[in-house]
Amino acid sequence: MQHCLVVDDSSVIRKVSRRILEEMNFRVSEAEDGEKALSICLADMPDVVLLDWNMPVMDGYEFLTRFRRLPGGERPKIVFCTTENDIAHISRALEAGADEYIMKPFDKDILTAKFQEVGAL
Amino acid sequence: MTELDFEFLCAFLKTRSGLSLTVDKRYLVESRLGTVCRQSGIDNLSLLVAQLRSGRRSDLETAVVEAMTTNETFFFRDKGPFDLFRDVLLPRFLAARASTRKLRIWCAAASTGQEPYSLAMLLDQASARTAGWQFEILATDISTEVLEKAKAGLYNQFEVQRGLPIQMLLKYFTQVGDQWQIAPHIRAKVDYWPLNLIKGFNHLGPFDIIYCRNVLIYFDKTTKTDVLERLTNIMMPDGALLLGAAETVIGLTDALSPDPVNRGLYGKASHSSATPPMGLVASS
Repeated sequence: MQHCLVVDDSSVIRKVSRRILEEMNFRVSEAEDGEKALSICLADMPDVVLLDWNMPVMDGYEFLTRFRRLPGGERPKIVFCTTENDIAHISRALEAGADEYIMKPFDKDILTAKFQEVGAL
Repeated sequence: MTELDFEFLCAFLKTRSGLSLTVDKRYLVESRLGTVCRQSGIDNLSLLVAQLRSGRRSDLETAVVEAMTTNETFFFRDKGPFDLFRDVLLPRFLAARASTRKLRIWCAAASTGQEPYSLAMLLDQASARTAGWQFEILATDISTEVLEKAKAGLYNQFEVQRGLPIQMLLKYFTQVGDQWQIAPHIRAKVDYWPLNLIKGFNHLGPFDIIYCRNVLIYFDKTTKTDVLERLTNIMMPDGALLLGAAETVIGLTDALSPDPVNRGLYGKASHSSATPPMGLVASS
């Protein structure tokens, strides 16, 4: 079973994402900020990370920058998932190393298509 | 709505669009045509049917047909048929048409344009290999309303996320307020035309590749056979037909045969019996 880490400071978004991802047959972990997400990655590396942009403590951009510096081999696919929908934000996320980008709100069809795109399904 | 009203609507839709309705779809008729009633200021479905029976309300006839048409679509829907286009069909036809440098593609149920634009973007990505080639993408649909949306090439956030990789969104779309518009040079690759598949379309052909996906499922067996055989007639001898995942030619016509390698791909039976499967041609 594939493992997806959902990183978002909104408990509602985490809950909705978990429900959709479990329907897609994923094992789901949750983190409310980038720092907790990094700890989870070090202990139990996911196959894919659904990552919010704006979060307290450590935002998605900083998480991604630090995450990419971690030593080691296999890296999960990173899918940014935010309300920021302008081209500048999307480009910045991709330059930082994101594999895909989802604009909130999203549904199961969108998540499925994006995960297929990055090869996580 | 009385039983007679429902029977009239079934017959009307069958004649006008080929749509085959069964009793279990009565709720769908009531729901969708209830909207038409509200928009047209008609009090109930029986009165709507009475107006249709009069034969003097062509505007209402069009509204009813369009309301009952399913327009579900998204970019690169089902992925496979587009991978097939990029990896198998395009290389195969670039080789087969090297002397004429022309390729004609028809999206027979184009809806709001995501399918033809997906193909147009793939052709654009292959432009380094296709200098001097003339590509024609004809996109048709029974609904003029969806074709207007397709021509505008404007999509909301949900629509651009369904199946469209983010890199392609950045490359081929610009933000217009809270919507996204496909680039003019991609829009210019597609010609839109209203067309009812149950009527004649011989004048449009011949085509090298036909996408006719997720429309036959709404027709009865006789209509499916009729449409498939007329599609076969306007395919080039080595042409390719792509149907939806839930559609097949088996039990409907012997004029087409499934490609043994690529699911959903069909060729003329007379041609494919004499040649290897299309997938094998491309990989050889």
